[in-house]
Amino acid sequence: MNAAAAPNTRAGRMAARLAATEDRLSGLVLPAGAGWLARAREAALARVKSMGLPGKRDEYWRFTDPADLMSDAPKPAEVFQITDEPAMFMGVDRLKIVFIDGVFSAKDSDPLDEEGLEVIRLSDVAATDIHWAQELYGALEAKAQTPVQRPLAALNTARATDGVVIRVTGQVSRPVSLIYQRQRDDAELILHHVIRVESGAQLTLLENGPGAARCSIVTEIDLADDAHLHHVRAMGRDHQRRALTHVFARLGARARFKSFTLAMNGALVRNEAMVWLNGANGVAHLAGAALGDGVFHHDDTVFVTHAAPGCESRQVFKKVLHHGAVGVFQGKILVEQPAQLTDGYQLSQSLLMDDACQFLAKPELEIYADDVKCSHGSTSGEIDADHLFYLRARGVPEDVAKQLLILAFLAEALDEIEDHHLAEDMRLRLKRWLNRHAD
Amino acid sequence: MLEINNLHVKLEDEDKAILKGLSLDIQAGSVHAIMGPNGSGKSTLSYVLAGRGGYQVTDGTARLEGEDLLEMEPEERAAAGLFLAFQYPVEIPGVGNMTFLRTAMNAQRKARGEAELSSGDFLKLVRSKAKDLKIDADMLKRPVNVGFSGGEKKRNEILQMAMLEPRMCILDETDSGLDVDAMKLVAEGVNALRSEGRAFLVITHYQRLLDHIKPDVVHIMADGRIIKTGGPELALEVENNGYADILAEVPA
Repeated sequence: MNAAAAPNTRAGRMAARLAATEDRLSGLVLPAGAGWLARAREAALARVKSMGLPGKRDEYWRFTDPADLMSDAPKPAEVFQITDEPAMFMGVDRLKIVFIDGVFSAKDSDPLDEEGLEVIRLSDVAATDIHWAQELYGALEAKAQTPVQRPLAALNTARATDGVVIRVTGQVSRPVSLIYQRQRDDAELILHHVIRVESGAQLTLLENGPGAARCSIVTEIDLADDAHLHHVRAMGRDHQRRALTHVFARLGARARFKSFTLAMNGALVRNEAMVWLNGANGVAHLAGAALGDGVFHHDDTVFVTHAAPGCESRQVFKKVLHHGAVGVFQGKILVEQPAQLTDGYQLSQSLLMDDACQFLAKPELEIYADDVKCSHGSTSGEIDADHLFYLRARGVPEDVAKQLLILAFLAEALDEIEDHHLAEDMRLRLKRWLNRHAD
Repeated sequence: MLEINNLHVKLEDEDKAILKGLSLDIQAGSVHAIMGPNGSGKSTLSYVLAGRGGYQVTDGTARLEGEDLLEMEPEERAAAGLFLAFQYPVEIPGVGNMTFLRTAMNAQRKARGEAELSSGDFLKLVRSKAKDLKIDADMLKRPVNVGFSGGEKKRNEILQMAMLEPRMCILDETDSGLDVDAMKLVAEGVNALRSEGRAFLVITHYQRLLDHIKPDVVHIMADGRIIKTGGPELALEVENNGYADILAEVPA
């Protein structure tokens, strides 16, 4: 029996999927270019075609339907103007790199020369025959296809129209700030960044802005031994936005990677992170605070691999859901056999402000080393009635008491932001959001 | 100060009456104690007065200086001058003790139309009151009651009372879980607050707290009602003979 005749078998379904993928992507024109970048794109497209595009029946997409993330054209999303608070990271002295509707804007960006740093636009890198980034572009994404396939990340590698390539060689005096602005209701943004932090070097990377009606951003991060990267991301307040992001980070010995994401609003957002602790005594902290009201589906999908001994990883993801908002967490810690003395921690919690909200969680631990410390917890619930009564009995009005308790709930995620001013700024923004959504 | 008349309360979710016609009249400047066996409804009374959910008042009234308490939200009762020192103060991770106290104080002041306390004045006040109760600076900095011992939690309740300066203070088994020294400290804190314009309702199982906080009136509560009222000697009688004799006097 051939595959087409047996659509209900696994092989039959796979064949049908590959055929459909082939069909969908047949008209796809990859961005113009030559040399290694073009080859990397073609290789990535071949990866997508060998895996097939995902479907909502996939285990990996069980809680989030990928259809709107990969339809031919994005659903238009009204440009949301923020007039009631200063722009994100406004007060921070930083190297600004601006993309408008997914296209790098030189005139809105700072000059890309900064001590201790190489920053080049992706399309400019492609012109160079031999470039360090060619070892990385699509490489970490390809590595991340096992054990779980992520075809949409490969599709980004193939299709990305812009991005930056950053190499940090020394002390950088100010953060690099990627700013995604938008002007058009129907803009689509497909960016791919590559970041390499050399041994002993440090960088703070800021990202903010809604970007577009639909965003796909892949960031491949390679941290050499003793390299530090502090990543703080704020996704903007657009309500109708759809976004899929992937952060792939590989850490050397004693390297530190801390990443925090603030997400307020968004019709459909999936943030994936895959981290490999490949050198001894590395540290990776991934955290997020997500707040949604109404049409809101926010998915954090995280995979941390401990491949070397003595490493520490933390995942702290908190969500506050109102009026039917949906939160998803899929988090895994994989401890490979050599990774003795691993310290792993995973926490995912949602606060459900009413009965219509949903939190779907799949926390996983897979451990092959015998001398490790790993803990995980996943909970969802309402605001604790005893806590609320205690505060009110002391005279704190109900809305203020609720706000205090919600901020307390989010505190452990916010604590992962190293810079106190940034953390305080985020806290104020969260407070304002809670004030706007008090009922 | 506090006037409770024929109060009937049942649980909201089930048909179980807890308070069955309780009446009390507490004058400003006085200290009343309520004693009673387990399950007599003492804690329910304190919760109902403070406005906790889960109870339904089926009959009767409770007035604080003439104002209908039962119509008010818990925060309005607090602003009107009612304070409940909890039997089991909750731990609230993530909310700093100082932030909490300052938010509470200023919310009450605002509700009463008074100016908010500046951060400097607040700090000065809280430090001096904390010192009296032997609460160290580290305890103030921690999240509300998190990691506090039983005695520390109770002292923290008294600190809040001293800061908020309520007119009607209800102490729900403030002595439970305290050793003798801690009880003395708490009692001193309470006694320092005794004044003409303030009244106390002290709920306790044991007479020993009343050695330190001398009551003017002692009530015995059983099965949701006050069954006997007397002077401080009534507490001694309970201590010596238990509740059995008193309960036996009451017609069923």
